[in-house]
Amino acid sequence: MDCQLDIFFLEAVLNGLLLAGLLALLALGLNLIFGVIDVVWICYAELVMIGMYGIFYVHKAGAPLIVAALFGVLLVALAGAILHQLVIRPVLDSAPINQLLVTGGVLFVLQAAATMAFGIDFRNLGIRFGSFTFADMSFSYSRIITFGVALAAMLVLWLFLSRTYVGIAIRAIAQDRQIMPLMGVDQRRIYLITSAIGGGLAGLAAALMVLQYDIYPQIGLQFGPLIFMICVLGGLGSLIGGFIAAFIISEFIAVGGSCFATEWGYAIAFLFFMVVIFIRPQGLFGGRS
Amino acid sequence: MLELTDIDAGYGAFQALFKISMSVKAGEVIAVIGSNGAGKTTLLRVISGLLPASAGAMTMDGVSLRDTPPHKIIETGIAHVPEGRRLFPRLSVESNLKIGAFIPAARKKFEERLAFVYELFPRLKERHAQLAGTLSGGEQQMCAIARALMSGPKLVLLDEPSMGLAPVIVAQVFDLVRRIRREGYTVLIVEQNVRQVLKIADRAYLLEVGRIKASGAAAELSASDEIRKAYMGV
Repeated sequence: MDCQLDIFFLEAVLNGLLLAGLLALLALGLNLIFGVIDVVWICYAELVMIGMYGIFYVHKAGAPLIVAALFGVLLVALAGAILHQLVIRPVLDSAPINQLLVTGGVLFVLQAAATMAFGIDFRNLGIRFGSFTFADMSFSYSRIITFGVALAAMLVLWLFLSRTYVGIAIRAIAQDRQIMPLMGVDQRRIYLITSAIGGGLAGLAAALMVLQYDIYPQIGLQFGPLIFMICVLGGLGSLIGGFIAAFIISEFIAVGGSCFATEWGYAIAFLFFMVVIFIRPQGLFGGRS
Repeated sequence: MLELTDIDAGYGAFQALFKISMSVKAGEVIAVIGSNGAGKTTLLRVISGLLPASAGAMTMDGVSLRDTPPHKIIETGIAHVPEGRRLFPRLSVESNLKIGAFIPAARKKFEERLAFVYELFPRLKERHAQLAGTLSGGEQQMCAIARALMSGPKLVLLDEPSMGLAPVIVAQVFDLVRRIRREGYTVLIVEQNVRQVLKIADRAYLLEVGRIKASGAAAELSASDEIRKAYMGV
């Protein structure tokens, strides 16, 4: 163990910050869905995986990266809307455990389908953005781009939720479901729009992740549990809570990983999570339950 | 304006309303009085579509409300201020008002109507950026009424506007109702505070266990010995 307050420690802290942007984006999507529709998409990270494959193949077919990325966002937004219509809507009034199980089922279906269709090979776009070095610290450009785009997307979403009629309706529905018809709001339409936005955020995350990570059918398992942990730590359904929790968890992973070994970073993050949940079961910013 | 003919409604096997017939004409203030559990709130919920009627006919300016989906009823000109105000507590006052103007026809007139409700309730303008959940009870009632007015309704349904408020505030709330009446809105108000509400209403219906027991001019009802004994404690 070599954990000193030196330049490598600072490098780890800054890399943790960069990782947090991506995780915050994913947590935001999941929290939005939960806050509005009151269901947890267990298969959220698998939607990201679908998006990554979509972007990979469209790019390989000759589309420029930016076009492929846009395609990925739209593809997963559509997948989110379809998931809502076909899987969630029929179980909206069912017990929470049934809702968990159906989206859990979708997780296995998507993983199996991806394995059948694309094989178990690790694929990547083969694009290297390189990195830059500053005062002995090294940061990859792809991480910096990811952080910047994720932050910008969250800002756009925040403006949408606070300024537009549909955005305010999305926030309102999370606070009082029953009276929405009195405002002239069609709940089913808002649910569908929210699902498409949640999917779109997963698609954007996919577009950012193909810059850094290999694509394989089980990649969801690498990120899924982490995103759920962040959402629960921040307080399920709390957009601000998820944002802050993403930064906390990322720092544990990055700094813990730098002081010990990468695997220990995850273990320390989970340990911290368990302690917090023991003391505050509703999460750091959770109002419900 | 609003016509109900032989409306039945209930929750599951429990029937809450029996053959309710009533009418509201443009410019009137109509009170529905009765004790707790008489079906007053249920009646308003049926009119605004939150609870489907099981029999009977219901029209607003000739449009059948039973054939209109709940979220489209506001477009016929009916705005419902629900029991307990039901503001969105973690949205600002102004966002609450904006949600009130959600329907397409109202969005176009948002700025104009916002200026109008701020003029009607200057207190809301002072607090426009504050979270609705942090307003006082009386201010919340103002905000709930203002939110309803943002849709540009012809008829405002008010459910127990005085509920849970201190006596001084109750007087202010009835004053609010007088003010929106002066602005030309038609009002259907449900109240347990029978003495007060009969002072501001033109006509009233007395509801007892889901049936209309009496109806007539408010002055007549408030002079009736039976009603004075049962509902006004004299």
